[in-house]
Amino acid sequence: MEFGIVELSRLQFALTAMYHFLFVPLTLGLSILVAIMETVYVMTNRPIWRQMTKFWGTLFGINFVLGVATGITMEFQFGMNWSYYSHYVGDIFGAPLAIEGLMAFFLEATFVGLFFFGWDKLSKVAHLTVAWLVAIGSNFSALWILIANGWMQNPVGAEFNPMTMRMEMTDFFAVLFNEVAQAKFVHTVSAGYVTASVFVIGVSAWYLLKSRHIELARRSITVAAAFGLASAFSVVLLGDESGYSATHSQKMKLAAIEAMWETHEAPAPFNLVGFPDQETRETHYAIEIPWAMGLIGTRSLTTEIPGINDLVAQAEDRIRSGLIAYDALMEIRELRDAATPAVSAQFEAHSADLGFAFLLKRYVDDPRDATEEQIVLAANDTVPTVWPLFWAFRIMVGLGFGFIGTMAYFFYRASFKGMNFPRPALHLAVWMIPAPWIAAEMGWFVAEFGRQPWTVDGVLPTAMSVSALSMTEVAITLAGFIIFYTVLFIIEMGLMIKYIRKGPFQDVEETDAWVARHHDRLAGRRNADAIAQPEMQPAE
Amino acid sequence: MILHELVSYEVLRVIWWGLLGVLLIGFALTDGFDMGVGTLLPFVGKTDLERRVAINTVGPVWEGNQVWFILGGGAIFAAWPPLYAVSFSGFYLAMFVILAAFIVRPVAFKYRSKREDPRWRNAWDWALFASGAVPALLFGVAVGNVIQGVPFHFTDDLHTIYEGAWYMKFIGLLDPFSILAGVVSFAMLVMHGGAWLTLKAEGVVQTRARAIGSLAALVAVGTYILAGLWMAVGIDGFRIVGDYVTNGPSNPLHFEVERTASWLSAYADRPWIVVAPVMGIMGGLLTFAGLRAGREVSTLLFSKMAILGVISSVGLTMFPFIMPSSSDPQSSLTVWNSSSSHLTLFIMLVVTAIFMPLILMYTAWVYKVLWGKVTEDDVSENSHSVY
Repeated sequence: MEFGIVELSRLQFALTAMYHFLFVPLTLGLSILVAIMETVYVMTNRPIWRQMTKFWGTLFGINFVLGVATGITMEFQFGMNWSYYSHYVGDIFGAPLAIEGLMAFFLEATFVGLFFFGWDKLSKVAHLTVAWLVAIGSNFSALWILIANGWMQNPVGAEFNPMTMRMEMTDFFAVLFNEVAQAKFVHTVSAGYVTASVFVIGVSAWYLLKSRHIELARRSITVAAAFGLASAFSVVLLGDESGYSATHSQKMKLAAIEAMWETHEAPAPFNLVGFPDQETRETHYAIEIPWAMGLIGTRSLTTEIPGINDLVAQAEDRIRSGLIAYDALMEIRELRDAATPAVSAQFEAHSADLGFAFLLKRYVDDPRDATEEQIVLAANDTVPTVWPLFWAFRIMVGLGFGFIGTMAYFFYRASFKGMNFPRPALHLAVWMIPAPWIAAEMGWFVAEFGRQPWTVDGVLPTAMSVSALSMTEVAITLAGFIIFYTVLFIIEMGLMIKYIRKGPFQDVEETDAWVARHHDRLAGRRNADAIAQPEMQPAE
Repeated sequence: MILHELVSYEVLRVIWWGLLGVLLIGFALTDGFDMGVGTLLPFVGKTDLERRVAINTVGPVWEGNQVWFILGGGAIFAAWPPLYAVSFSGFYLAMFVILAAFIVRPVAFKYRSKREDPRWRNAWDWALFASGAVPALLFGVAVGNVIQGVPFHFTDDLHTIYEGAWYMKFIGLLDPFSILAGVVSFAMLVMHGGAWLTLKAEGVVQTRARAIGSLAALVAVGTYILAGLWMAVGIDGFRIVGDYVTNGPSNPLHFEVERTASWLSAYADRPWIVVAPVMGIMGGLLTFAGLRAGREVSTLLFSKMAILGVISSVGLTMFPFIMPSSSDPQSSLTVWNSSSSHLTLFIMLVVTAIFMPLILMYTAWVYKVLWGKVTEDDVSENSHSVY
């Protein structure tokens, strides 16, 4: 494969998107955990819960800001590096991005300032409301972004308009309730909740190992384990739902993840491990679980899941059909309103396959000039590289089941063993901190790399989506991002570690001072006695 | 769906053209003072405490303000996809610089006071300066380029091609008129930052902000008038020729466009639009007077009036053009040829009509909660939790 502007733009997108997603999952989950902690504080009036809110809130803030900052890159990058994509599908894809800003991002960004600055200016309940609005805003943000991404995976509710040479929305509700998007949303936010839970448990476990901040750490683990257990189940269940919806909307991705070259008689087995070979189209040393794939993918014992070879044959048919659409489109483009109804009808009949004709643009300028060999080559291009998908998926799923086990264990110890955690478990929790990030990045890799060679599945090839830029320009911005993001990452990690090492001493002090300062104001409310004699934690 | 037929395509396009202006103005009015305060920071604050006062006047609100910018990008994508595609890829390196500024700025706000080290804090202060000053300048430069036309064209299948070598997408933007436009926007946002600090700070920070802000107000008014005169004599306008429909498909290649003597002929066709430049000039002068006289709330309102007038004057003068092409006028983007589909514009309008009032309401509430001066005592007492 020659390395050109397409590859460079893809590399840039992959790096900036995966970097962005280092911060997003923690924002999604920690915003809710912090809001839960503050809720307990408001309900019980025990200062320790305020200390916890402040402490985890500080870490949330350090992480949140980079999620916001790197998110701007995502919003701009479509126009900068993928301008043909932006023109071609902006009518559909732009809408959820704009709605995200209107409905979600404004909410979280406006209130996050008050969360940090409003302790002295708001009543307890008002401040709690602010915390929840930040959490709700963050999570709604994810909803709209995943509706946009879901449409790239399963482009429903839109059709090509030959007069504007682009895809246009025909049914907003189909875009909104796209089954792929809905499953992805719950899967992704749940993954964020697991990430935050693993983070909170890991940091707290480190305190327990050092015998610091014991009360705060134990309570934090208790909250995070309960929340994390529910979320870990949700991640796996909705991951399964995504797999099920992929069976009808993204057949090639599913077959590639499975390294399923031939269509297997139903119910197909699941390859637990194996070594996929793209050249010979077979999987060596596969260990199969009988029936499992058929059950997961179709939830039946009789429905077949098509294998890669059959899907390539289908792609070839669709390329030929797409060529008919392309031919008609050229005539309509030339004649505009004067095009005959016969040509329009011809276009209508084949327009769903137009994108497949574009696959030939890699080989010839005018797809209609393509030779038979080129059509076969283009059909083969619809197969993504299998082995990275195969393994990334298995790492993600393996970690997913690992989280259920870990969370269940910590939940059990917290609920039934008086919040006593054995040291080996605490060590494990510390070492597990990076695991949810690995799983999340693997998940995105499977979703995006598995869709190749398309940016919008079956509609627009990645190779056509890029801007007409020079290599130099993209190389400059890529180098800029790498340097810039590396520096920010070092600074971020430095601050995170500094604040974790420092621990919640200042939050304890500040809470004492705050409770004293606002004694009168707070005493006017319910549970005034609990505030009058706050249960102070022994700070070491 | 047939509901969207209730509002004609033509009307929706004009509404979305207006909303584009609302978002840009909303951005300039809110995030504008953040950029202004960032630019002023090293000059209004000599000690760490003074600088922290200045930073904390915008500390709780910059994040929400910045969303105007992000929403602006999203709304252009959703409502004007060709504009989004052409401008973001066409101003490629300039966009990258702006992007870098908008990434550094949040981080600088959040991380600056998290370490005591004076070198650490000083470095972030200059990062705040650069991330305020550079975009403030570049936004104006971009507008200057748009007024003169940008060298791009569409291919038959609507790929955008930008003429010239890659470095021209940055160096080429810096022609004299565009630099002048850059100075207008830079001075305007410094003025706005000065007006904001006058309201939110006191003592020496306020005094310095008033001095620099009033100077900036004069520069803004002067350069704005100069740019207007330049447009009258030195810059050709654009106009659509022949028969055209305002509710047809969004395809720039379906229109014929030619150059005209001047953009300012718009003032002969639509004399009422003169209200915009008048507001811009009056607003700037009143801000100057207000800063001199030490008035606080009214000065900020005058500053907002100036920004509203200046930005809307550009849009109203160029209507219906949004981004004309200097190398291939036929590729020019106008209100009639570069919008989203009828259905998408309608849906986005419904969503905006629901959420924009809510946004304005809760934003107003947040500003009300935060009403009042930020003092040095506030900052030292809450040293751990404020910026």
